[in-house]
Amino acid sequence: MISFLIYKAILVGVIFAITLFVAAYSTYAERKVAAFLQDRIGPDRAGPFGILQPLADGMKFIMKEEIIPNVSNKLLFVLGPSIAMLTALMAGVVIPWGSKLTIGGETYILQIVDLNIGILYVFAVVSIGVYGIMIGGWASNNKFSLLGAIRASAQMISYEIGMGLSIIALIMMTGTLSLREITELQAGGVGNDWNFWNVVTQPVGFVIFLVCAFAECNRTPFDLPECETELVGGYHTEYSSMKLGFYLFAEYINMFVSSAVISTLYFGGYNFPFMNNLGMDQNAITIIGTVVLFGKIAFFIFFFMWIRWTVPRFRYDQLMNLGWKILIPLAVINIFVTGLFGIF
Amino acid sequence: MLTNRSKLVVKKEMTFWEKIYLPAILSGISITIKHLFRKGATVRYPEKKREISEVWRGQHVLKRDEKGAERCTACGLCAVACPAEAITMVAAERKKGEENLYREEKYASTYEINMLRCIFCGLCEEACPKEAIFLTDRIVSTDYGRGEFVYGKDKLVEPVDQRIDVSKRQTPEVLQFKKLKQFSHNK
Repeated sequence: MISFLIYKAILVGVIFAITLFVAAYSTYAERKVAAFLQDRIGPDRAGPFGILQPLADGMKFIMKEEIIPNVSNKLLFVLGPSIAMLTALMAGVVIPWGSKLTIGGETYILQIVDLNIGILYVFAVVSIGVYGIMIGGWASNNKFSLLGAIRASAQMISYEIGMGLSIIALIMMTGTLSLREITELQAGGVGNDWNFWNVVTQPVGFVIFLVCAFAECNRTPFDLPECETELVGGYHTEYSSMKLGFYLFAEYINMFVSSAVISTLYFGGYNFPFMNNLGMDQNAITIIGTVVLFGKIAFFIFFFMWIRWTVPRFRYDQLMNLGWKILIPLAVINIFVTGLFGIF
Repeated sequence: MLTNRSKLVVKKEMTFWEKIYLPAILSGISITIKHLFRKGATVRYPEKKREISEVWRGQHVLKRDEKGAERCTACGLCAVACPAEAITMVAAERKKGEENLYREEKYASTYEINMLRCIFCGLCEEACPKEAIFLTDRIVSTDYGRGEFVYGKDKLVEPVDQRIDVSKRQTPEVLQFKKLKQFSHNK
């Protein structure tokens, strides 16, 4: 029992640290990718190639003056970024980061909890994330913040439906909600055991999920809740210092978790081609698999940024049109088609 | 119409392929990814300096003559010529015993150029009858306050032991021009 607790505690600590590390360096990557896509150099003053930039940014956020507006609701004002950060971190719990390690006869799975309703848990936690934005925007007592919060909640609720429906088709195929089982079903691939990643059998579902993930993370082209050109800063207009930092950080953690979920659901998670043909022992395969998973995640984080500097922001009515009139019907059709394939 | 690049804007119905956005987005991301591998135009300035021309118009210098006396005689032609009105000066009379400091009987006791106003056009250099002011290839450095950008004689006059070479600015055409009797003031 004690060893079980220690193993889980270590795993939680490691995943927490990795999540924060990846989120911190996403901010750096964001600025670098933006710079390279615009033929610039980007931050390169703090350390070699500017790799200490996230530390400098974090330092700046902590040192800055913390302003809580007089007219705001103090408790909710502090609660908003806390919830945003908390829920962003919680979603990483059910993601299978690797297969299993065997150390001294004991088998350890590289996942904090293997919930049998894993994907449902992710959706539940992401839905709570809206509260952080809503509470923050509401408590600021500022018109721009409120508008941003309203936009955020309307957008996230709308796109959650499309996202959920796109997942149903996938669940109909796999017959399980557990993220680990979904990953195991995609094991193998090219090699002896012919098996495809889910993206091959569910391309439409993948595209819908990807678009909805962009909307859920408030990333361009769906960054209407915080568009600087219209709403000053959106829901975090009144925030300063580390509370603003938490909101921005939560966005990057969400991006990381979304990339992990996309990789797990549609791109085979920690599986990689030829994994059963290498003739290596399980531990080595597991470690390579984890590295491969992080490679996939890194690609999707890059993809998020790549899209940001390619596609301009939608108008709000276009956003709602896309969500309700295109993505949701498309997801429903996708479910029907998947069902038909399941019968025949 | 002059450039032949104007396009007539037509608000037409989008076709199905245009309506689903995805092909357009794909072509868009293929354009942006090309820029990822393109070499940027940025120059990392303090470490690496851009190559500049020999007749680059940068920070001014007030020249001294061969004996080390200031050439400027505070005639004010540079201030009159200056389109940005960046130059101010106060003239003073040379005292006895200052012949080694100032070349003529009249000199500038203060001479200030506001580098924030200056547009580095070089008209002051052209106007100067005494070949006293020249623009050099030095770049005016940054500072925190506006006051620091008003350069006085301490920053403008060249030190006796560190002469600043402006012979590059004296191109053959310029020398030819200065040989003309009707323009030569410096005899």
